[in-house]
Amino acid sequence: MAIRVKQPGLLTTVQDTGRFGEYAIGMPPSGAMDVFSYQVGNYLVGNEEGAAGLEITYFGPELEFTESAVIAVTGAELPPKINGEEAPTWETLAVQEGDVLSFDYLKSGARSYLAVAGGIDVPVFMHSRSTYTLIGLGGHEGRALQEGDELKVGESGDRSDRVGKRVDDDHVPAYSDAPELRVIIGLASYRLTEESMQTFLNTEWTVTPDADRIGYRYRGGELEFVEREQPAGAGADQANVVDFGYPIGSIQVPGGVEPIVLNNDAVTGGGYATIGTVISVDRDTLAQTKTNDKTRFRSVGLDEALEARKKRRRQMAEIKEALA
Amino acid sequence: MAEKTVKAPMPGTFYRRPDPESGPYVEEGGSVSAGDTIGLVEVMKSFHEIKAEEDGTVSKFLVGDEEAVSAGQDLVELE
Repeated sequence: MAIRVKQPGLLTTVQDTGRFGEYAIGMPPSGAMDVFSYQVGNYLVGNEEGAAGLEITYFGPELEFTESAVIAVTGAELPPKINGEEAPTWETLAVQEGDVLSFDYLKSGARSYLAVAGGIDVPVFMHSRSTYTLIGLGGHEGRALQEGDELKVGESGDRSDRVGKRVDDDHVPAYSDAPELRVIIGLASYRLTEESMQTFLNTEWTVTPDADRIGYRYRGGELEFVEREQPAGAGADQANVVDFGYPIGSIQVPGGVEPIVLNNDAVTGGGYATIGTVISVDRDTLAQTKTNDKTRFRSVGLDEALEARKKRRRQMAEIKEALA
Repeated sequence: MAEKTVKAPMPGTFYRRPDPESGPYVEEGGSVSAGDTIGLVEVMKSFHEIKAEEDGTVSKFLVGDEEAVSAGQDLVELE
């Protein structure tokens, strides 16, 4: 035992890179929503890639360390405090037995990641430690942390030499409360009228309170579908198509109002037309937006999406090397 | 007497009543005890009760019913 949960925060879950490769049985990947912040946390504490950490949403927990540990907090500006003293983010920190990690109010972004040297040692379920709360599997007992929970930390050896390492300022993201997310238009965008596609791309959408690990719902415009006869196998709503798979990051618009971006814990397929997909790199940006923030969607080609992904991988390799 | 505030712990939508049919938890000028609910914040499909941390009188609501709030925002002034 190494971490005792004194207060759980609003929604604190164990996450890793996710349970990928199980779409065939309808299992979404779960996993850290902001992959960049989560991974960099592991680099800071010297973990293997894929070690489990905690994803902290909007309001932080209060965690007592029952043995000394090497930790890092990355992601949202949710100022960490050790025994009440403010501590830096994006930097490797040492905590001693009995130290309490707590957090001040959220200043920007939405999700913080706590990395602990050795990783959070919960049982592996289907090659991942990520929590999928809807079904209640993975992570710590398949649910968000609760008061009184005790988490084991994996064996790490002495990592005290890492304390004080920090991510170069150039690599620390600044989170906007009105970001632009790049999307690839498709797979069922043909269902939208051309005018409505322009409306979708020109509207400044607002993140509603229904924005979580399953989906982010937006408000701000109304979209219309092309009139058609209901095909065999599709539902009656104009937004319905014959069931197909939903990529992570895909955007559906049930009823023509309130587009929903599907996230890591979303249903893997269904019968709503998906009009576009947020590119993988920008899902990290989405993960750092919060209820009442603004968002715009910009159409890009596959080339730009892949280039952004390559660039992100180079950046992460650079950070990893600098912290090695 | 020093003014205190009750803050929203998380972003969301602020509600002054437990449900649309009920009256507000507390009116301006009303008194509250530590632990009393003064409103709700809705986010991620849940409603979170916002409680007074100490006894006092509500001098002013700084946010209206069903308004958007951010984390750390002052909701109510207590004296």
